[in-house]
Formats: sequence, C-alpha cells, structure tokens
Amino acid sequence: MSERDFPSYEAKTHAAFHGRPIDASDPRVLAWLIRRHGLEMTHLSRGSHIGAIFSVAEIMAVLYTGVLNVSPDDPLMPDRDRLILSKGHAGASVYAALAERGFFPVEELKTHYQNGSRLSGHVSHKGIPGVEFSTGSLGHGLAVAAGMALGAKLDKTSWRAYVVMGDGECDEGSVWEAALQAHQYKLDNLIAVVDHNHMQSLDFCEKTIALEPFADKWRDFGWNTQVVDGHDVDALRAAFTAAQNNLGSGRPSVIIAETVKGKGVSFMENDILWHYRTPQGEEYDAALAELEAQRP
Amino acid sequence: MRDAFTRALMREAAADPRLTLITGDLGFGVLKPFWETYPDQFVNAGIAEQGMTGLAAGLARTGRTVLTYSIGNFPTLRCVEQIRNDCAYHEANVKVVCVGGGFVYGSLGMSHHATEDMAILRALPGVTVFTPGDPVEVEAIVPVMLRTPGTCYLRLGRGGEPTLHKEPLKDWAIPKALTLREGCDVALLSAGGILTQTVSAAGLLAEAGVSAEVVSFPCIKPIDRDKLLQLARRFRHIVTVEEHSVVGGFGSAVCEVLAETGLPCRVHRIGMEDEYSCVVGTQQYLRGAYEMDDKAICHRTLAWLNEANRTEEE
Repeated sequence: MSERDFPSYEAKTHAAFHGRPIDASDPRVLAWLIRRHGLEMTHLSRGSHIGAIFSVAEIMAVLYTGVLNVSPDDPLMPDRDRLILSKGHAGASVYAALAERGFFPVEELKTHYQNGSRLSGHVSHKGIPGVEFSTGSLGHGLAVAAGMALGAKLDKTSWRAYVVMGDGECDEGSVWEAALQAHQYKLDNLIAVVDHNHMQSLDFCEKTIALEPFADKWRDFGWNTQVVDGHDVDALRAAFTAAQNNLGSGRPSVIIAETVKGKGVSFMENDILWHYRTPQGEEYDAALAELEAQRP
Repeated sequence: MRDAFTRALMREAAADPRLTLITGDLGFGVLKPFWETYPDQFVNAGIAEQGMTGLAAGLARTGRTVLTYSIGNFPTLRCVEQIRNDCAYHEANVKVVCVGGGFVYGSLGMSHHATEDMAILRALPGVTVFTPGDPVEVEAIVPVMLRTPGTCYLRLGRGGEPTLHKEPLKDWAIPKALTLREGCDVALLSAGGILTQTVSAAGLLAEAGVSAEVVSFPCIKPIDRDKLLQLARRFRHIVTVEEHSVVGGFGSAVCEVLAETGLPCRVHRIGMEDEYSCVVGTQQYLRGAYEMDDKAICHRTLAWLNEANRTEEE
C-alpha cells in the first residue's frame, strides 16, 4: 500500500484525491479509482461516456487485479494475456486502470481528450504501454480477440485473449460473425465479457434492438455462458476463474455482466443523458460528493 | 493470375510455416492445393468478411503473416473498416487478396464487378496496393508483398490470362513500373488485368501509324513517380487504362503526380465512367461496352491525338 499522489488534477480535486492510503491492487479500490478518475477525466475534458465508464468499472478492476497476466515492467512480454476493450468509448476506464497499476504515470490521465494527447476518447494503443489494440468503432473487438486466441492456439501457447464488449455493440452483425467463428475454431482460450448495462446510444437496448433472451443467444451459438452481477467483484472473479477453467472444453466463454449504466452516482444511474453529458458545476460537485462517500 | 498466385503462395508457405491463409469461403479449385498441402496454415472464416478480416488482424498481431482471400468486392468493400482500423492502423501484416478485379465476374452482375476497390484501398494510409497485369507480374509480386511490412492489397484478375512478359521478372521491387513496348507518339499506362487490352491496343495503333509505348504499373501505391516523370518529359499525351472507375484509381493516381510537375503533358483516363455497370456479359463484352477494350483504347487515343493536333493547328 502506498500513498497515492495525484499532483496534476485541478486544485480542488487535488485535495479530494489525497486521503487514506490507497491500494489499487484491491479490485474494490481499483473500481472506485476508475470511477473517481473517470469523473475527473470527463469533467476536465468536458468529455462524454461517463455512464459507460461507471458501468464497466468493476469488470476492468477485476481484470487488472489478478485475472490478466500482464506486467507494467514488461508490457509486451510474449506470454501476456491480451485484452481488447471493444467498447472503446469507455477508454478512460482502461487508461485509469493501467495508470493505477503502474503502466504510465497517473498524472497523464489529466490529458485525456486534450489537444495533442495520446489518451484519445476512444481507446488507442499508439504509444500507450499496456493497451493492446485500438478500438472505437463498435463490433470490431471480438473478431480481433478471436484472431489472437487462434494465434495462441496455433502456437500452442498458454496465454488467453480477453475482450470487453458493450451490449448495444451486439447490434453489430460483425459480433455474431466472430461468435460463430470462435465457436467453429474451438477457441476455449477466448473470454468475452459483455458489460450488459441495458442502455445504448439513444434508449434502452430492449426498446432499440431487443437483445433478450441475450444469454440464450450466446448459449445457442455454442458459448460457455455465465450471467453474473457485474458490480460484484467476487462474483466477477469467480466467473473469470470458471471461464479460465473452461480451457479444454473446446468452447469460447462469455460472461454477461449485469451492470447499471452510470453506476455509483445516483442521478446518473439508468439515465441515457449520461451517455453524453459531461459533469460540470453542481452536478460535478454532487457526483464528487457521492463518490467520496464511497471512498474505500 | 489465380494459379500464378497459388503457385507463388505455395512456395512461400513452405518457407514460412507461420504464413496463414484465411478465405471467406471461396477459392474452390484455386486454393485446394494450398489447403491440402498446408491444412495447418489454412482457415475458412465462412461467408463473413468482417469477421475474416478481424481474425486476420488478431492473428497477425501474434506475429504471423496472414492473407485474406475472396472475390470481387467481398474482401475489400464489405469489410473496409476492418481493413482501415484493425489492419492498417495497427500496421498488421495482413495481405488482402481479391480475385476478380474489374469485370471478371461480368455475367454475375454489378454486385460482382469490382470497379472502386483500387480507389478505396488506395485512400487508406499505410496500405500498399498491387495491381499485376499478367501472371509473371503476380509471381514477382507475391514474395515481395509477403516481405513488405504492414497491410497490402493484391488485386488479381482471373485465371488463364496470357503471359505478356517474355521472361520472369528478376529483382522486381516496389513500386517499379515495367515497360512492355517502346514508342514515341503516346504512352499507354496500364494497371491490372486490362494490360492485355493495352498491349493489344498498341498493336492496333501501330497499324494506324501511331507509335505507342506501353508501361505496366504492378503497384499503384506507392506509385513509380520517377517513371511517371520520365514519361511526362518524353510524351505530350499519356493515356491511363484501368478496369475500374476513373474516379480515384490508377488514372487519378497518375494525375496526382503529374498535375504537380508543371510538365506540358496531358493525361487521358480510360476506365469506367462515374457510374455503376448495369449490363452483364463476359469480361471482354463489358470491356467493349464500357469502352476500355483494345479497339476502344485505340480509337479513343487516336481521337485525343487528332483533337490535340487540330487545336495546335488552330
């Protein structure tokens, strides 16, 4: 455990970030940090997608606290696990997790969205240690992760490919092409997670392009399918362990993580407005107060 | 060209056991020798080109050279964003191979006429675009392409095209343009399988008393600028020929170079006008119908030369 220093955020947030020692290797703590950074990053940049950053926080936190075999000391080690954030608009969650896990300085997070920054709104791999693949256009990540998993199989190596998708993203036909292909090629070293926050760009998924029965679709496609509470880090951890143990079954795994868009700030939860809205003024203050009240 | 491609690829696959070919469920009769000989280096992604191209990008990220293969617009336009984002942006070692550039699948209709692929692939940063004109050029390009880092596009014709180069091309390198016939009145520049028509047109022009130089461009991105500048200094008229739209393809690439030189050379583009094909027929029929077969190249070139002479006399 170490005293976390956040020297570069604005003065008022600077004080807020200083507090008790923070242990980012604890998934609950890292999830809180992802939200806390997500709030700052979207506030400072006037950027969007805070709702998605909040819904995916525990998923990313669990991945980066022991599930993924990755190392900040050697971000490109050959046997690392590969993670693709296919819902690239939640890129701030990856940046925050990587920074907190030591892949690059935490203070760089303040440059997110800014002129000349390498931390683009949608996740980018260029020059950023630990980011495996750039995304932003939905429906790409599953096929690429499947290709990586196929490469690992052909090379008889033991690492796994992980991909985090959105539920709205599953409107894209390319997701289902890759779902068929991953099954056909028996990619049991591929683990997909769907951040099932039930909302997409303009409305709830069920009112847009209905996905239900969502888990059954994946089962019917031949995937080892689990449905878990996507904000329960213990449940997520157990689901990842089960998916890892699925190696040898010949079937790819999907974890459907039931989440709430905007989770963690009461007035953002389940409100489509916060797909786009940037927290400013009283709303920022209120969100900050709610998150600080949850400080682990 | 298809068979030359398979032959060259078989040799390369033997030398590189990690070379992997992914097909979008096409290539019956073309790729069979490959999948029979190298089953561990072959993947059928099904009729799913977006998935095929994403898979290829992911596979390439594990250190393999990966080819995607399909016909017409399927490996290119159907999945152009996967080529852009997943392959080219990531400098992934993916080689997109299309069989059927232009009107090869003429009778199958406009869905199968590949007449914008060169323009669209050429517009993507980091993509090298190969447009071989005969089987000899294919044999030369394949090993070069597989050793070229990053994302490439190989636009093949069909099977059974005549061999136009008399000997194998030794030491061909990107982006070298190749002179097949020397002349002094006009230069006919050709990219892709339409080279047969361009060569034949030069013969027809000779009968009409016009001496035409014929140059094939097996690579249009990057393009052989030095050759273009040499030609622009020697000829006042250059005719570009492509079985493709005149918008954004080979003719456009030539114009982009020559417009900035200030040399007094006119470029005339032969290809599909800015329209979709709406008739069907054999490849040769459609080349005639859209005025890019040997006879059309000949009479259109003569018309341009005559018009220019009249203008000068006035």
